[in-house]
Amino acid sequence: MSADATPTRTAVLLGAQRFQPTLAAAVKETGVKGRIALVTAGWQEREDEDEELVQHLDGNTVNLMLYKRGEQLFREDREFALAHKERQNLLRSLQDVYRLRLERALDAEAVVRLSKQPESIRHEVEQACIDAIRDLDAWHLYQCAKVRAEFNEKWKPLQRPAIARHRGDLIECLSDCGAIAIAGGHVAVLVNRLLLFGLETLIGARTLFAWSAGAMAVSQRVVLFHDDPPQGQGASEVLDAGLGLVTNLVVFPEPETRLKLDDGVHVGLMARRFAPSRCIALPARASVVLHDGKVARTSGAVHLSHAGDSLPS
Amino acid sequence: MSTARLIDELINAWGDAPKLRGFLNAHTFPLVQDSHVTFVWIGQADAVNVRHWVYGLESSTTLTRAPNTDLWHLTLEIPGNSRVEYKFEILREGRAEWIEDPLNPNRARDPFGANSVLQSAGYVSPDWTQPDDLARPGVLERIRVPSRTYGHRMVQVYLPARYRKTRRYPLLVVHDGSDFLNYTGMKTVLDNLIHRLEIPELVVAFTDSPDRLREYAADEGHAGYVTNDLLPYMSAKFPLIDEPRARCLLGASFGAVASFSTAVRHPGVWGRLLLQSGSFAFTDIGRRNRRGPLFDRIVEFVNAYREKPTAMSQRVFVTCGVYESLIYENRSLVPLLDATGMQVKFVEARDGHNWQNWRDRLREGLSWLFPGPLMFVYE
Repeated sequence: MSADATPTRTAVLLGAQRFQPTLAAAVKETGVKGRIALVTAGWQEREDEDEELVQHLDGNTVNLMLYKRGEQLFREDREFALAHKERQNLLRSLQDVYRLRLERALDAEAVVRLSKQPESIRHEVEQACIDAIRDLDAWHLYQCAKVRAEFNEKWKPLQRPAIARHRGDLIECLSDCGAIAIAGGHVAVLVNRLLLFGLETLIGARTLFAWSAGAMAVSQRVVLFHDDPPQGQGASEVLDAGLGLVTNLVVFPEPETRLKLDDGVHVGLMARRFAPSRCIALPARASVVLHDGKVARTSGAVHLSHAGDSLPS
Repeated sequence: MSTARLIDELINAWGDAPKLRGFLNAHTFPLVQDSHVTFVWIGQADAVNVRHWVYGLESSTTLTRAPNTDLWHLTLEIPGNSRVEYKFEILREGRAEWIEDPLNPNRARDPFGANSVLQSAGYVSPDWTQPDDLARPGVLERIRVPSRTYGHRMVQVYLPARYRKTRRYPLLVVHDGSDFLNYTGMKTVLDNLIHRLEIPELVVAFTDSPDRLREYAADEGHAGYVTNDLLPYMSAKFPLIDEPRARCLLGASFGAVASFSTAVRHPGVWGRLLLQSGSFAFTDIGRRNRRGPLFDRIVEFVNAYREKPTAMSQRVFVTCGVYESLIYENRSLVPLLDATGMQVKFVEARDGHNWQNWRDRLREGLSWLFPGPLMFVYE
């Protein structure tokens, strides 16, 4: 979590918007005044293809164009761009090492769980396996934070003229906005661009709407997942810290196609692995409304319980 | 119910039209009971055979006529998860006629017509092969590719939905392109796999040959056309990633030989290969091969490669049906490829030398060669 980020006053996490958009209704319900700032950086080169979204919000929007700003910035500040690229390569290497270790830890957990153990030690050895996975997740997060901190210390990104200029523009864009809406897309690119311009420090008390990768990016911890990929077993993995604007929740969008919610063992493992944060799946039309960091109400969201149930949240 | 009792029930219904109709309506054909599969044909004939292309079984097996009826049946043991293409051969007054099974609606089309398809217990037609309304459709366009070897060739190019000239794409070249489009539904497959984020957005060149048995038989001219004519033309016309890891050749049967030969003759250019049921004939002694003169040049080429295997690519996905005679050649090739240090994946299927087999392997092959952004993109 960025040092300057504080949980926003109201945050609304939504299910995927492409086929069943609920954003406009959520905006209306929260009574937002003013324009809505859009972040569609997760769509990368298609960032500006936001006509449907703009139309859905009756045109009262401004797109912050964080992806394009990032590309401009890297062209303008070559020295910084090279350093940034090097940092990203470092983070990728960390991810590879973590993934290798994680696969083995997950295998060990499965083998132990399926093996015959005396009843008197069963719970303890199973918990030890989950603790090993939790330790790995924590190690990875720590290493990522360290790399980012060292980079920030050395390069002081927010003080670089090109970034400062973009931040000035962003502050102006946001001046008449009552809310920020962060769309899905490529979650790593999205987190990258949000952090690059320190958006978490510019949101202030504005209402935050986020869905799919957007909901993942604003949370404390970004977890990549798919239970039925075309290759391999589909191990969930921590990518990095998110913006930390929403705390104590790990969000799983698009569970309809990505999660085996009827697999109690798997659901229970996820819940225990990421505890004390709550694991919340966000199907289409679902919403979770938070006030001052606390869940105020939910609709259609699914809570992954330690017992392995997937319950209405 | 056991297979024998099921057949008895069918025979007992003979002569009672409503009962027979009821039985036929209540079952799918061939009758599948665990690993036992019963073919049924009804009609007047002197003899009835099942003709199939399962290597290891007799290619023609005779059905038994139930006494005093026109019911013909034959039970075979077929392992689960199998697909077998077949026809009935009806013999009457010394004449033979090959027909599709009238009781079985499952068909597989190919350039020669259609076959009936037996799906044994456990086989499921993959959902990603069916049109999905949610998948954004790509487009196909025809282009004329100038060629120093052939004058010119028409190629069908697949551009993914939301294609943008400002983005860079991997290139997949498909041999027997029109057949892949027609008989594997490959456009639908690409639309679906891209929609599901299982493969990245690709540009695909579907290329054809007017003389595939010659050009695809490890021919140097064809390898030159693909690498020196088609690739530069595609690179000039479309925004492609200019790296071997982003270039793939795909082919089945002789098309797999063409892909393999092209990569071997132009090492380091094609970083990805998808070789399906390749006709990789070879000999361990002498040059004569049991498959006939069409394979002579292939044998020469494969023998030379076996003598001195090289790592001409980076990742090679090889697949073959266990019911085709080429399984021997493909199983023989894999360890050689592996030993060169390339990443090699070999997948066998309980299927034959046919288009649905090649269709069913596309997801695993393409997603291994070109992993999509599945874990990173949440729309």
